Amino acid sequence: MAQTAFLESLPQSASQTKLPVESALDESWRDLYLKAFRFMQRARVIEDKLASLYRSGKITGGCYVGRGNEAVAVSAGIALNKGDVFAPLIRDQAGRLAYGESPADAFRTYLGSRLGPMRGRDGNVHRGRPAEGYLAMISHLGAMVSAATGMLLGRRLRGEPTGIAIVTLGEGATSTGAFHEGLNLAAVEKLPVVVVVSNNLYAYSTPNSRQFACESLVHRARGYGVRGWDVDGTDLNDCLKKITAAAQDARQTGLPQLVVATLLRLSGHGEHDDAFYVDATLKTLPVARDCLAVAEEFILQTNLADWGEILEWKEEAKREVESILAEVQREPVPDPFEERWCCLATPGLCEGIDGV
Amino acid sequence: MSVTYLDAIREAQAKALASHPGVFIYGQDVALFGGAFKATKNLLQQFPGRILDTPISEDAMVGAAIGAAAEGMRPIVEMQFADFSTVGFNQIVNHAATLFWRTGVPCPITIRLPSGGTMGSGPFHSQMMETVYAHYPGLVVMTPATVEDAYSMLLEAVLEIDDPVIFCEHKMLYYHLKAPALPTVALPAKHARIARHGKHATLATYSAMVHEALLASQQLATEGFEIEVVDLRTVKPLDTDTLLASVARTGRLLAVGESFPWGGVTAEVVSRAADEGFALLDAPPRRLNAKDTPVPYHPNLWTAHRPSANSIAAALRDLLRS
Ligand SMILES: Cc1ncc(C[n+]2csc(CCOP(=O)(O)OP(=O)(O)O)c2C)c(N)n1
Repeated sequence: MAQTAFLESLPQSASQTKLPVESALDESWRDLYLKAFRFMQRARVIEDKLASLYRSGKITGGCYVGRGNEAVAVSAGIALNKGDVFAPLIRDQAGRLAYGESPADAFRTYLGSRLGPMRGRDGNVHRGRPAEGYLAMISHLGAMVSAATGMLLGRRLRGEPTGIAIVTLGEGATSTGAFHEGLNLAAVEKLPVVVVVSNNLYAYSTPNSRQFACESLVHRARGYGVRGWDVDGTDLNDCLKKITAAAQDARQTGLPQLVVATLLRLSGHGEHDDAFYVDATLKTLPVARDCLAVAEEFILQTNLADWGEILEWKEEAKREVESILAEVQREPVPDPFEERWCCLATPGLCEGIDGV
Repeated sequence: MSVTYLDAIREAQAKALASHPGVFIYGQDVALFGGAFKATKNLLQQFPGRILDTPISEDAMVGAAIGAAAEGMRPIVEMQFADFSTVGFNQIVNHAATLFWRTGVPCPITIRLPSGGTMGSGPFHSQMMETVYAHYPGLVVMTPATVEDAYSMLLEAVLEIDDPVIFCEHKMLYYHLKAPALPTVALPAKHARIARHGKHATLATYSAMVHEALLASQQLATEGFEIEVVDLRTVKPLDTDTLLASVARTGRLLAVGESFPWGGVTAEVVSRAADEGFALLDAPPRRLNAKDTPVPYHPNLWTAHRPSANSIAAALRDLLRS
């Protein structure tokens, strides 16, 4: 079937990190790389913990992790400055950390803490702080592209510097009208929105062959009139290099960018899903490499750190996560009797409340 | 052997696929994966080429179904969650719903909406959409509450009704609601059903709330009140005759729905009772719905947001005192 042709189009041998050794030795690059790597490590630790909470029945509803997507996510988060707009999605724990989200907020949102950004009203990956430029995704895929664009539009209309926006989504989300409308709008408005697509080959169970028919999604950039970037999503070097460059280009030109990173989702769609449908051949290809393992290997090869340090960072992340979780578990949860059951911002308009 | 509500939905689709060559299923992850809730599990093997995975494109999924229906097909569209049908809203309410009226060409499509709240599902995986769709002329809106109805009403929707049907199946009933076997006789979908006989008050409801209503009625029975529960089954068209006949027996009416409180099925029920059955009423008719906020994530909030057996029982006591 079409899926076979698709498999053949993927690289069949590992294009192990081609970063020139000189740049690995460049100090600022080295710092950036290790900083990114440690966010990836921490994200993996947080999500492993979330998955174990889910399995022990401590999370109500679903649990979604970004295993395999950390290199893309962290590069997006790290490319942003404070005040820039970030609209992450399901698999962006590493990017959320790099953007500056407190690691506690993941646990608070999953466990419904009243001290979390969503106060128990929304859960799991549906979290953000829009007052700080950090949008809280709705589930409806594609919807965040125009919203992030609108944040920059608002800033421009007010005569302020716009900063840039990064919106992340999966290849499945590119099939929505909202994605098309949003990216076209950003292009027409000439706003520096970087749309980062993680093509992780499956949208829930649906393979690329039932999602789109073009050879590569990055070819669509031309159709929208935006700059396109093709990224190896398993390789932190490639992700960091190209996603930060795309962000830089957006900052300089004020124009949108479309980044398409290719990788394999290394988890089920959610923790409930065993992903039986993932093609076995695919799992043997370079696209199935775990970006965290690839980065570890690179760090060792280029002597950025030794194995002992890598393990120590991981242990440190585990200790940190355990103590954060213990704290979050003591935080208050919502009380229906204290809840105002009013969802309007304007005082005096909620029926039955405020004397209306 | 027993059959769940979800089995019934799968079996009805299998039967429909077997009985009519024009039936096909169009939706995200419905083929090999068998659907997010497994409502189409194994159908691909039984009906190769007729269970098709779609891109994440609700607008186009419905649009394509409309086109296929105009060619004489009888598509079933599965929305992954009812909430995502809003993305196909335009095609549903402006295209599917108007096609026959504008052109004389019928539009027999069934759009399956996995609906309603389950704990921890949050604002975007919990909604009841029947109110919104029932508002539009040209749509039939079904809200089955039992295994038998899930089966027979879905079959009727796909094979017999030549109009777009919005089939609101409740996720909370999928796995836990069981019947001994699939039904062999079917009450036509347009009729309401008396789910429990009583004489002191009529409790009109639909979908998962039928079960909360039955529990509330049991509570009231221990207090000496016999509540008549009317399961509306299909909310558009609404079986006013069965409703008013019940009100004539009881003199009191409470309408319960899981939807948001503004307007909707319960408002329609109460307004019909007031309009056409005013003389039958011994007390003002009442309604009970979810609260007027999005559906909350945390179980503490979620449980208080929607009507429950307890809150229905409390509303019934109020009604019986009035
Ligand atoms: C408009 C819309 N339709 C359906 C869904 C249900 N849904 C949630 S995630 C998902 C798959 C997403 O795939 P992709 O965009 O590739 O992201 P990935 O999960 O692979 O990271 C689907 C179908 C949704 N969230 N929004």
